[in-house]
Amino acid sequence: MTTLEGKRRDPRVALAGTLLLAVALALAPFAVGAGAGIAWVRVIDFALLYIMLALGLNIVVGFAGLLDLGYIAFYAVGAYLYALLSSPHLAGAFPSLAPGLHWPIWAILPLGALVAGAFGVILGAPTLRLRGDYLAIVTLGFGEIIRIFMNNLNRPVNLTNGPQGITQIDPIGIGGVSFGRTLDVFGIGLPSVYLYYYLFLGATLLVVFVSIRLEDSRIGRAWVAIREDEIAAKACGINTRNIKLLAFAMGASFGGVAGGLFAGFQQFVSPESFTLMESVMVLCMVVLGGMGHIPGVIFGGILLTLLPEALRYGAGPVQTALFGKVLVPPESLRMLLFGLALILVMLYRPAGLWPSAIRRREFAGAGNSPENGAGSERE
Amino acid sequence: MAREASVSEVLLDARGIAKSFGGVQALRDVSLTIGRGEIYGLIGPNGAGKTTFFNVLTGLYSADSGEVQFDGARLDIGLPHLVTRQGIARTFQNIRLFANMSALENVMVGRHLRSHASVIGAVLRNRATRREEADIVDRAHRLLRYVGVDARANDLARHLSYGDQRRLEIARALATEPKLLALDEPAAGMNATETASLRQLVESIRADGVTVLLIEHDVKLVMGLCDRVAVLDYGEKIAEDVPDRVQRDPKVVEAYLGGALA
Repeated sequence: MTTLEGKRRDPRVALAGTLLLAVALALAPFAVGAGAGIAWVRVIDFALLYIMLALGLNIVVGFAGLLDLGYIAFYAVGAYLYALLSSPHLAGAFPSLAPGLHWPIWAILPLGALVAGAFGVILGAPTLRLRGDYLAIVTLGFGEIIRIFMNNLNRPVNLTNGPQGITQIDPIGIGGVSFGRTLDVFGIGLPSVYLYYYLFLGATLLVVFVSIRLEDSRIGRAWVAIREDEIAAKACGINTRNIKLLAFAMGASFGGVAGGLFAGFQQFVSPESFTLMESVMVLCMVVLGGMGHIPGVIFGGILLTLLPEALRYGAGPVQTALFGKVLVPPESLRMLLFGLALILVMLYRPAGLWPSAIRRREFAGAGNSPENGAGSERE
Repeated sequence: MAREASVSEVLLDARGIAKSFGGVQALRDVSLTIGRGEIYGLIGPNGAGKTTFFNVLTGLYSADSGEVQFDGARLDIGLPHLVTRQGIARTFQNIRLFANMSALENVMVGRHLRSHASVIGAVLRNRATRREEADIVDRAHRLLRYVGVDARANDLARHLSYGDQRRLEIARALATEPKLLALDEPAAGMNATETASLRQLVESIRADGVTVLLIEHDVKLVMGLCDRVAVLDYGEKIAEDVPDRVQRDPKVVEAYLGGALA
């Protein structure tokens, strides 16, 4: 894609821009914390987790064109893996493990990526021949199955503690520094949410980097080729089975990492966090931001995390100011306005808010549907 | 049938290929041999089984019976990507480009199976990967020049003219370094000028050492271009010879113009 979008820029300007962005990202929690309160830093932490999820799903949906409605299952796998390996919970079922497992983060996250990736293959393998609506239905079922397992695996052996979820999960710690409490650096107190911000930012940057590198490689091109025309991709010598499974595995591994971070951050996981609504939300981030376009997907992730929160906090005071009282409870108004925003975006910016240059042209192009290449399956 | 036209070295040897869809016998015991360096034409009336044969040969369909020897090895019928790896590349009757990728990227995809970068290689972009990528881009540009669409390298494939799309598809097929290039009605929908330049392209591809299998409706093009021609009718091969003799074969004339009423 670089061949199309890579405009030559002055390297000094690029360096200055990068430095500026780095400073802005480094100071963001302080600015937000001072300006809007520490609760908003927590929201930003979640935005970073959602960016990782959206980028993972983007590989499956945006690049390879495989509609996945159960993506949150991989987030759940990562989260529960962290919960089991870093809490006293397992000691309950297996007394020999007392006082539970307390693995370090650097061991759990790669394992989480690996296990989630394996689950990606488990989902991908039986669905290789499916596309579009049919794939969506199967993946939706898969997402629900994982959630229902989490809900019921408290019998006969109490693995997941069922609907109550797993509590007392260790906060993430690196080299003796726990992220769970305020850290004192040269007299400046860094609250826990600030510490997590930097950790999540690092992880997000890594995920962005991997995404960009993969997109601009023979593997990324093969994914897009499958999205565009699977039969032609086969005829070009692409082993579509393996390349699709790789897309599922890569996407899922991002979800697994995000899930592990989530579990350490919350110190609590329960099946409630992994409902279909969450899958839909992540898919919205991908579609709304600009499918297949990494900056667009990041933007979508930030927007769709912040917008509902802003509506939640803003809807009450605005109504009081306008009508003197709260007419509609903010909680219901939030989803209403959110739905309206989605409809408007899809009507007026069908390629997403920030599509790639290619997709912009594609939608501007002569009346052809965006699925032009992928639509016809058979000769 | 006379065998003067027999070839020095056999590249592809199909034996007894049969394929049916439900009750329809699309191919019935079709055997043919293509020699290295030939331009081999496959013609026949509509529904004669040309494209079916093509799809069997390139792995999209598996055959009910029969086997294909290709370049001294048995061809993995039914596995398109392995067939391509063994050295048969194809184009499609109804063009199948990656519509929303640039012309250059389309050809770059064709290099997929001749390159090796893994996920780790792609993420780390080590020296081997960088060299491989540079080689892919370089070859893709050369192939675009070869077929004459290099001026539109960065345009989306869907925005190319019909003739350019046909040529781009050939470039993408050539990117897989085939020994046999199989073209499914490449001249369909082309005007006389485009057909003439296509003919030149096919001849230069052969001159560069690639054997060509051509399905075509344009009889004039086939007769002028091909070294040997096979004729399919109702899923059976009814003739295989040099163009001159095929044209005069009574069975061929009957197949095309209809036989005497029984």
